[in-house]
Amino acid sequence: MALTKQQIAQRIAKELQDKWYVNLGIGIPTLVANYIPNGIDVEFQSENGLLGMGPFPIEGTEDADLINAGKQTVTILDGGSLFDSAMSFAMIRGQHVQLTVLGAMEVAQNGDIANWKIPGRMVKGMGGAMDLVASAENIIVAMMHTNKRGESKLLKQCSLPLTGVGCVKKVVTNLAVLEIKNNAFYLLERAPGVSVEEIQEATEGILISEGEIPEMKL
Amino acid sequence: MINKVVKNVEEALIGVENGMTFMLGGFGLCGIPENCISELVNLGVTELTCISNNAGVDDFGLGLLLQKRQIKKMISSYVGENDEFERQMLSGELEVDLIPQGTLAERCRATGAGIPAFYTPAGYGTEVAEGKETRNFNGKMYVLEHAFDAQFAFVKAWKGDTAGNLIFKGTARNFNPMMAMAGKITVVEVEELVEVGELDPNQIHIPGIFVQRIFQGTAYEKRIEQRTVTSKS
Repeated sequence: MALTKQQIAQRIAKELQDKWYVNLGIGIPTLVANYIPNGIDVEFQSENGLLGMGPFPIEGTEDADLINAGKQTVTILDGGSLFDSAMSFAMIRGQHVQLTVLGAMEVAQNGDIANWKIPGRMVKGMGGAMDLVASAENIIVAMMHTNKRGESKLLKQCSLPLTGVGCVKKVVTNLAVLEIKNNAFYLLERAPGVSVEEIQEATEGILISEGEIPEMKL
Repeated sequence: MINKVVKNVEEALIGVENGMTFMLGGFGLCGIPENCISELVNLGVTELTCISNNAGVDDFGLGLLLQKRQIKKMISSYVGENDEFERQMLSGELEVDLIPQGTLAERCRATGAGIPAFYTPAGYGTEVAEGKETRNFNGKMYVLEHAFDAQFAFVKAWKGDTAGNLIFKGTARNFNPMMAMAGKITVVEVEELVEVGELDPNQIHIPGIFVQRIFQGTAYEKRIEQRTVTSKS
């Protein structure tokens, strides 16, 4: 069975390490906050100017002046802090944030990522994604393995305008966990019940699977 | 203390003309200068270049200026919440310069801080870097980005005093402080305008030196874009 979006988030949460500051992008990445492993302290950074982001507010207490980068109303935990956008991106470019999790339209086997524009059709902008991918030491891409037309999103080369070059090292999809190195996708784990052949079928870029590939544990 | 107070938004926007470049604070609809935007609509000034992280939604924020075709060019990082914006951009009616959010923030900061340009890694190897100088520092590539030149900055603060000292609230701070530093004329609207001496100098986010005009804002809607809550139970 391919993973649900929640399960992709659940799998990514296992990558979190104690004392990490983490920036979660819009969509599947946001869900990672629901699955922080026990015994681990992490703090979520929202690039609009918030560290120590908490869960959505209790109904009736929402504040128009307290939102996350997805413009959703949120809360701030004890020990959290607020700051302006320049300081926020100083944290990001200065590599004070240890992990960035973001979505993508395409990822290439050389680590290129595209997620901000489809020429002539969809132009939403890059927001903070270009700053994040150009600077983060650890980037995990959370996405479906194929697009709505069933085409692979793990490619030899991105066809869409790039967000960053050679920066992605890990991808978690509904089918697999993959590491990017040596200009290829290395298969690390399969979704439960999904075969290596099925993953190969859904991957346009070079897929390398060495030895027995374990199923993911959620 | 130098008094920066103007009596209302009309007085605050004296000197605004067609074809000018403005900075407008806010992230989404959070911390936008609602009163100044309304008055820009009233004044009907056109051919504007607006530097703002987002472009509002169809019927609020900068979306109001887009509806009236008052904006010639937008400089933003993310415009995903505005259908009219996307339509005008794809049809070529609106000129759009999309730039990375951190680059936008730093360009605003540089403008106010007297720094003409700086290198950033954001956008290297992408179309954002096309035609720009690049340089290798310690084995990594960076792109040269320049400061802006804006005649007016429109800023929203939570509290301000008559000397123009400002305090922001929550994530409504966002781009407002750097834009306050960057405007040739910085106009600030506040939810609460107080006398000097009432704000603790230790708590000031932006000193009044950066502010030319300040006024008490009115009728704040403070619209929430995505109301996400957890139920009481």
